[in-house]
Amino acid sequence: MTGGKPKVNSNSGENPAGGGIVGRGGHGKIDGLSKITGQAKFTDDIKLPRMAHAKVLRSPHAHAKILSIDASKALQMPGVLDVLTGTDIPIRYGPIPVARDETALAIDKVRYVGEPVVAVAATTEAIAWEAARQIQIEYEVLPGIFSIQDALDTTKPLIHDQARKPSNVLRRVKRQFGDVDAAFQSADLVLEERYNYPGSTHVPLEPHSALAEPSPDGTLTLWSSTQNPHQLHQDLARVLGMSPSKIRIIKPAVGAGYGGKCDMFVTEVCASVFARRLARPIRFSLEREEVFYAHRGRHPTEMILKMSMTQQGKITAVDLQAWADGGAYSSYGVATAYYLGALLTLPYQLDNYRFTAQRLYTNKPPCGPKRGHGVVQSRFAFEVHLDRMAQKLGLSSVAVRRANLIKEGSTTINNLVVPSFGLPECIDRVLAASSYDDKKGRMPAGRGIGMAVSAYICGASHPIHANDMPHSGVQVKLDRSGIVTIFSGTADIGQGSSHMLATIISERLGIRPDLCRIVEGDTDLTPVDLGSYSSRVTFMAGNAALQAADSLRDLILSAVASSLDVPIASLSAKDGWISAGEQRVSWRQAVVIAESVHGTLSATGSYRPKKTGSRFLRSTIGGSPAYSFTAQVAEVTIDPDTGIMKIDKIWCAHDLGRVLHPEIAEGQVEGGVYMGVGEALTEEQAYRNGVLVAPSILEYRIPTIHETPDITSILIESHDPGGPFGAKEVGEGPQLPTVPAIANAIEDAVGVWMTQPPFTPEKIHRAIVAANRKMA
Amino acid sequence: MLAFVLTAHSSPKNSAEPGYDHSMALSLILSMVVNDDPVCEAVSESRSLLEFLREDLNLTGTKHGCDVGDCGACTVMVDDKPRLACITLAADCESRDVRTIEGISDQGQAHRIQQALNQYVAAQCGYCTPGIVMSLMALQKTTPSPSQEQIIDSLAANICRCTGYTKILAAARDALMDKADP
Repeated sequence: MTGGKPKVNSNSGENPAGGGIVGRGGHGKIDGLSKITGQAKFTDDIKLPRMAHAKVLRSPHAHAKILSIDASKALQMPGVLDVLTGTDIPIRYGPIPVARDETALAIDKVRYVGEPVVAVAATTEAIAWEAARQIQIEYEVLPGIFSIQDALDTTKPLIHDQARKPSNVLRRVKRQFGDVDAAFQSADLVLEERYNYPGSTHVPLEPHSALAEPSPDGTLTLWSSTQNPHQLHQDLARVLGMSPSKIRIIKPAVGAGYGGKCDMFVTEVCASVFARRLARPIRFSLEREEVFYAHRGRHPTEMILKMSMTQQGKITAVDLQAWADGGAYSSYGVATAYYLGALLTLPYQLDNYRFTAQRLYTNKPPCGPKRGHGVVQSRFAFEVHLDRMAQKLGLSSVAVRRANLIKEGSTTINNLVVPSFGLPECIDRVLAASSYDDKKGRMPAGRGIGMAVSAYICGASHPIHANDMPHSGVQVKLDRSGIVTIFSGTADIGQGSSHMLATIISERLGIRPDLCRIVEGDTDLTPVDLGSYSSRVTFMAGNAALQAADSLRDLILSAVASSLDVPIASLSAKDGWISAGEQRVSWRQAVVIAESVHGTLSATGSYRPKKTGSRFLRSTIGGSPAYSFTAQVAEVTIDPDTGIMKIDKIWCAHDLGRVLHPEIAEGQVEGGVYMGVGEALTEEQAYRNGVLVAPSILEYRIPTIHETPDITSILIESHDPGGPFGAKEVGEGPQLPTVPAIANAIEDAVGVWMTQPPFTPEKIHRAIVAANRKMA
Repeated sequence: MLAFVLTAHSSPKNSAEPGYDHSMALSLILSMVVNDDPVCEAVSESRSLLEFLREDLNLTGTKHGCDVGDCGACTVMVDDKPRLACITLAADCESRDVRTIEGISDQGQAHRIQQALNQYVAAQCGYCTPGIVMSLMALQKTTPSPSQEQIIDSLAANICRCTGYTKILAAARDALMDKADP
């Protein structure tokens, strides 16, 4: 693996504020040491006096009516405090307002193996577990819906019979732009193929945990391992029938999410309800196996992709049909249906595009948003398909990609506006770094190289709950010691958003980031940020932070200018000094001068994206203030006799607009590629008749350091006009091209097109045998 | 020496078999050294070292990731060897020297392994990090100047879901490998 010593020098590129912080690395991140020394407190690390514990009993059936629940034996056990069933918390919830179909505990029937049915509170976790097992539940088992085909079969039983439109289809989406059929008729080459992308799950190392503490004044404080404190605040208030003003959500250190901690979970609801009923703190932490049932991972998706090209490789039309197997509840599934198709209009110019998708209910744990939400699946199909068509036309797939790229500043056929576009440079750099041209088609037998590209959003232009308020707010307060306290509703879940805020603010104030203190993700203390999803935080909270920093900077500079009797424009802020030529005052002095002039020093900033897209085209999903772009090359070695593949190396060039902090940005690239490597090699959330096959880290087979390839990350700066210092997202985009680049490398190595990840030895070997048989 | 005591106040954690009589749970008076401090506590025979550290001693830097030895987040050192605390019985550590992430600072300063991990931003969410640090600390005890292969092998039981291990390996190389031998 590579990774030289972090560079302390400033990154290349002009630096508008001149603070010397943006782009500089080598100094870690502000919350780094607290995590590396074990000092950081995660929810499960917090203990409160009289704290009791909650556990749930889960359904052993995929689909069954609940006939009776008898908890009398459990309630008699010493140490057992309380029991909850579904009817105690009857208000249905879900992150998307049009599809609220879930309760914390099942009511009347269960819809997947592992669904929570009864919750127990007890003085210890062990008693709660034991008590849960003493609860008798009588079920009447119903036939299960386990496949996309079953879900589409209208003769099969309904999973949600209370729905307004009874169907196992949660959402159908159809979009058409241009004249796809006419373009197919006149094309030189039309290719239609089926692709099948499996489900996978996030496996954050920290299991979900919630701790609720009631107060005598009727308020409730909930610490939770959530990615979305604000949305949890709103949803929990609804379900508890409380005013949000009575609830405080605190997000402590979170052991990552990757999308898996966006939803509200049974932990949060039951800990809160028990805490209020029992008037004592309740902690509810999931066990590892339960995290696999909580799921909300990648939707298994079947796709039929049809594409046409001219002889020269110009794409003339694309038709994508997709069916997403969503599990028993909607989660973010309505959005998933749109995301499956909305971003395929990038980064290639499409004039004729049709897209249909259905998001279906099945009797399995609910799918939801996993890194690259909905986009990973169709991007895989598209990038492999493009390589196949280029091969049929006798063209280089790289040349075909380049020839079809959109232009910077263009608007796509579905109204996505692209203010900055660094993909051409990503492609150049990644090909050069990997010596792609020297290797493609020229490597020894069993070795191959492949590439793929992609595009991703930097947050959504439209919030989930339509309103005209900011998507992100930041407040900054100064202490006379020079300490800058930043208040933000953002949820740092490891991606480095806290350091991002400190970087932007310290850059504008000309101080070191370690003078910043961060108070984040606390609904009592911090202004709203919508949450850590859709790769929105750097762009949106970053812009809010920039605005707040500029207001504060104006206050400081105006006071210092009066004090030194120099024009404001002559002042600069850098390295802890406010200076005008020879004259200067230290940052700390400047704060004292400014507070003497203006009084207590604080400022706010907020960000709301311009409305893009149009309601008429229903292009609200996919609309984003900017897009990131990625190009990736993978090199593999395959033993054709066994099908065993080793991923030797991956090069990833990612257009993130502007590097705010090099090691944090590279870490996001490496982490995204790594998650793609897992989906390419081994990971699959698989079921047998609704029963999860691998509900443990060992069986699910996450790549260890041994299976993880050497990853080279290349950061490309396209200076987005709307991004803070030009920055765009880097958290999700880098995962998108990994799996198709590997599939294209497999073809280069052994001559077979893989259409269904993960690329296990069995699948590769079977494909090689089938190809050999065809040749013979 | 292990002292066995029958107590009515033992922790029933992990004694969760149906019908288990909590009033008769077997407890041990356990003594060991944890992070240089002598410790003497009554614990249930079945208490894991992870529960003992986190719940009885409040050493929450050691993380609970899976409970079955799959993830490495709970790695600690017992007599300078890496151990998965979740599948080690507290009782097995009688009279031993246990070291956790809280006990490795160098006169109040972060250990150089930790400083390198910080400088390279090798911790993202940080949940696996204490385990990673302890695996590397244990490696350093036996192998003061390890090869890259030895570093990789020492981390084979630590799952990191955030970083792709790239920054972790770079930091470990910087902190542990002989600078003249890249």
